[in-house]
Amino acid sequence: MTIENFPTAVFCGENLSCRRGGRSVFTGLSFRVTSGEALVLRGPNGSGKTTLLRLMAGLARTASGTLTWNSGDIRDDGPAHGARLGFAGHLDAVKPALTVQENLSFWAELRGANQADVTQALEIFSMAHLANLPGRVLSAGQKHRVALARLLLGNTQLWLLDEPANTLDDIALNALRNVLGEHLQRGGIAVIASHGDALLAQANTLDLRHFIQNKPIMAAA
Amino acid sequence: MNGFNAILRRDLTLAIRNQGEVMMVIAFFAIAATLFAFGVGPEANVQSRIASGVVWTTALLAALLSLERLFAVDYDDGTLDQLLLSGVEPVVLVLAKTLAHWLTTGVALLIAAPAVALGLQLPATGYGALMISLLLGTPILSLLGAVGAAIVLGARRGGVLLSLLLLPLYIPVLIFGAAAVEGAVLGMTTTAPYAVLGGLLILALTLCPWAAATALKHAVE
Repeated sequence: MTIENFPTAVFCGENLSCRRGGRSVFTGLSFRVTSGEALVLRGPNGSGKTTLLRLMAGLARTASGTLTWNSGDIRDDGPAHGARLGFAGHLDAVKPALTVQENLSFWAELRGANQADVTQALEIFSMAHLANLPGRVLSAGQKHRVALARLLLGNTQLWLLDEPANTLDDIALNALRNVLGEHLQRGGIAVIASHGDALLAQANTLDLRHFIQNKPIMAAA
Repeated sequence: MNGFNAILRRDLTLAIRNQGEVMMVIAFFAIAATLFAFGVGPEANVQSRIASGVVWTTALLAALLSLERLFAVDYDDGTLDQLLLSGVEPVVLVLAKTLAHWLTTGVALLIAAPAVALGLQLPATGYGALMISLLLGTPILSLLGAVGAAIVLGARRGGVLLSLLLLPLYIPVLIFGAAAVEGAVLGMTTTAPYAVLGGLLILALTLCPWAAATALKHAVE
């Protein structure tokens, strides 16, 4: 794994709004995160945390507003934005028929990391002993650790994590805290959706309740 | 190119580990063709008369059977999100997965076709044309299939929808594929159907990957 620091970067969202199934999820949402910072997304179920993360990844499209990376629109070059980000969503993307090692090696190859990186990522999340087990026999927590280990492959500066602490035991949770701390120290950026305990000692918080679409017109009158 | 190789190799590995899926396609091919043989009765004249059309129709239905899972498995387990974020161009992703589909299903159909044709008493002069027409035609089935499979992602009863979408599009391939075999059996020149199939293949190769890539990007939104 490269130890060198990331170049300084700014990730901004301006006046974002999003609709899902004809219903407005949030409107007028803006944020700004720079190198070394983490942004924690809070809000009740259905307030759009996952949706916002998918917007940030460039997977979903905004109804209005722009997302910029160093003042360049992320939609201008989708693959480049993908290459700089690590995404850990609700789904772990672990193939049941491949071993843990094979699962991670595939992503390492796609992202230009090598076997040493895979071995190191496995060790960090204490999975070295699971390396040769097929994905189908892993528990939910173990699969989630594979998904988190994938973040360490390919030197990605922007991490988008959706409830990363879910299903993790204390040891894995500690590993995640360490990895996140190192990532930020190197100048990485992390956006984390969470409603559990704080993963980080200090992080900016964005509460999505403030951006939920205004009440119906009757209430305004 | 790295991404192309990695995805192709992964899909082939998965196909080898999940051999049952290809075997089912071949079994369907053989059984459906046998049904025709039983349906029209044992008279050799009748069977050999319809053999070319039956082999082509059943091969096409068998290919269709395997297409539903082309992107659906990756979509369901979150792999598709990760692939689209891996920095690989979506078109390259589609090309790699489609080639993997053809190398498993298409080639398996090619290998099984002579045996199925023999069961239907296809005259000896037809086998060369059968193989050439399938060689040109099955990649078209995979390419068109990739577009259909990407469009129906996330839809309920996607399999039925996929058949309704694809079978009409498969008609030209069926017409010219069966015409080539028919022509060879009757001792006519087969250049024309080959040329049309080749043309259709080039057309599919130029248009389908882009269409499927666009559909994939919409599917993950």
